[in-house]
Amino acid sequence: MESARARPGPAFTVTFDGRALTALPGQTVAAALWAAGVTSWRSTRGGGRPRGVFCGIGVCFDCLVTVNGRANQRACLVPVRPGDVIRTQEGTGR
Amino acid sequence: MTERADLAVVGAGPAGLAAALAAAARGVRVILVDADGQAGGQFYRQPARALGARRPQALHHQWRTWERLRDGLEAHLAAGRITHLTDHHVWCVERKPGSSAREPASFAVHALRGPAQQEGVTVRAGAVLLATGGYERVLPFPGWTLPGVVTAGGAQAMLKGGLVLPGRTVVVAGTGPLLLPVATGLAAAGARVAALVESAGPKAAARRSPALAAHPDKLAEAVWYAGRLVRYRVRTLARHTVLEAHGAGRLEAVTVAALGRDGRVRPGSARRIRCDALAVGHGLLPHTDLAETLGCTLAGAAVRVDDEQRTDVPGVWAAGETTGVGGAALALAEGHIAGRSIAARLHGTAPDPRSWAAAARARDRGRAFSAALETVYAPAPGWADRITDDTVVCRCEEVTAGQVRTASGTLGADDPRTVKLLTRAGMGWCQGRMCAPAVAGLTGCPPSPGRRPFARPVPLGVLAALPDD
Ligand SMILES: Cc1cc2nc3c(=O)[nH]c(=O)nc-3n(C[C@H](O)[C@H](O)[C@H](O)COP(=O)(O)OP(=O)(O)OC[C@H]3O[C@@H](n4cnc5c(N)ncnc54)[C@H](O)[C@@H]3O)c2cc1C
Ligand code: FES
Repeated sequence: MESARARPGPAFTVTFDGRALTALPGQTVAAALWAAGVTSWRSTRGGGRPRGVFCGIGVCFDCLVTVNGRANQRACLVPVRPGDVIRTQEGTGR
Repeated sequence: MTERADLAVVGAGPAGLAAALAAAARGVRVILVDADGQAGGQFYRQPARALGARRPQALHHQWRTWERLRDGLEAHLAAGRITHLTDHHVWCVERKPGSSAREPASFAVHALRGPAQQEGVTVRAGAVLLATGGYERVLPFPGWTLPGVVTAGGAQAMLKGGLVLPGRTVVVAGTGPLLLPVATGLAAAGARVAALVESAGPKAAARRSPALAAHPDKLAEAVWYAGRLVRYRVRTLARHTVLEAHGAGRLEAVTVAALGRDGRVRPGSARRIRCDALAVGHGLLPHTDLAETLGCTLAGAAVRVDDEQRTDVPGVWAAGETTGVGGAALALAEGHIAGRSIAARLHGTAPDPRSWAAAARARDRGRAFSAALETVYAPAPGWADRITDDTVVCRCEEVTAGQVRTASGTLGADDPRTVKLLTRAGMGWCQGRMCAPAVAGLTGCPPSPGRRPFARPVPLGVLAALPDD
């Protein structure tokens, strides 16, 4: 943020598993979660293991998340919006 | 929705941009389709506009070239010669053969509008350029599925695009030239880079030195990065590898060890480094799925092209890392040549290769350099033997190395397809993009082309709504 001298628009609030987090316009859901120190937001179908970003560019599908009730969204691609309700995606997300 | 143009360019990275500019400057109407919200691709990835970065060049290298591309694109956009469809994920390109010389082949480029990806858009054009770049190869090791472990390019992409870091203390590991910009980029952005762990040895580079020394510009770049590493006090461990990532629920430390000449771990050399992020990568692989569905022949892992960047499917060109991994300068040269060739062919004239002689020289040099680099940065031998049986190899379907070994050893599967059918490795969301190299390494068979029906998952509603001409 500092080295690029970013002056983002006003921050807004979203929730992650019911907890309020601050996000910046222009960030993806994944970037907003990383900025808040969250690195996992999915548990796998088989082992229930935690996962978050892996490839960062939409190829690996490890970062799947539930946003506003829609499961299987790639957090690294989806822009975060004010008031988004973000939830850990369990298994297949259904 | 349907859009029409003379040329559809898929991918707005260095290759696609150079091609779009060269073609548009010669009177071709271009539609540039890209999954991203902004032009630039991987190398010139920009922070989202709303982040208001006033010095995005702080995260970049060769910013001047980007400014030239950006200004050119803006001029063509304003003049209506190029249309840029951002947030459009292409899942398939269809070729409709022409009925006569007067009515040549045409193409339908099918995309999904992101991020919801529920709405289909089709671009129709007389020619297509595939400039979809590549993605990262990561070879598995115990702990590589822990949150906090990310691909090296992914860490870079999240930093350049979202101005965020994967953690406070980062280890950058694997092999390949990409690790240098990643380590220095993360450090410049404020991360503590605890180590740069490169499995290639300095001797490998020295042995190739005549081949590498023929590229003084590239050597100067390497020296520049070396200076940055010193400045940020990044310790480089050459001929070392990450043996294991540790943590409960998320990454807490990695164990690294020195490799002997034979690729084996040197006894007693293992040591633990505390970190909360690991950025790891073992080189890049070209995106070829759109080319494969079109029927383009591959050469190894990349799309095969001729001197004009034409694939063997008439009307389809390819440029940049789709045709082989070699960096942004090579992608620019290939894109420029493709754009000129396309313009000439669409105008019904034979292109004159002398008109792109400078780009052709840059392309030859770029390819020679990346061929030399490839021998330096090959993954360390023995990597597959170090994957423990309980290590998950297919991240999507949670298939372990042990299951893959059983399929190929006990059950006798001798090609990746059979392994896939027996274990489900490669059947999940990513369609094997992440596990194919590991499965190949574990079974000892060469990776086979993916044969993915679509480049992206497609909602059935979009398929059903396609026009059926
Ligand atoms: C994650 C990552 C980070 C990298 N970071 C660096 C770096 O910092 N420094 C460096 O020297 N090299 C980096 N590289 C290497 C980089 O790929 C090349 O140097 C250069 O960007 C290649 O240019 P290109 O035009 O061939 O492809 P790219 O720059 O990869 O551009 C391809 C474009 O195609 C788009 N695309 C792909 N598939 C589709 C589709 N199906 N539908 C629509 N659009 C699609 C992508 O969104 C992208 O914009 C990185 C590579 C990766 C994978
Ligand atoms: S991190 Fe790979 S798809 Fe999002």
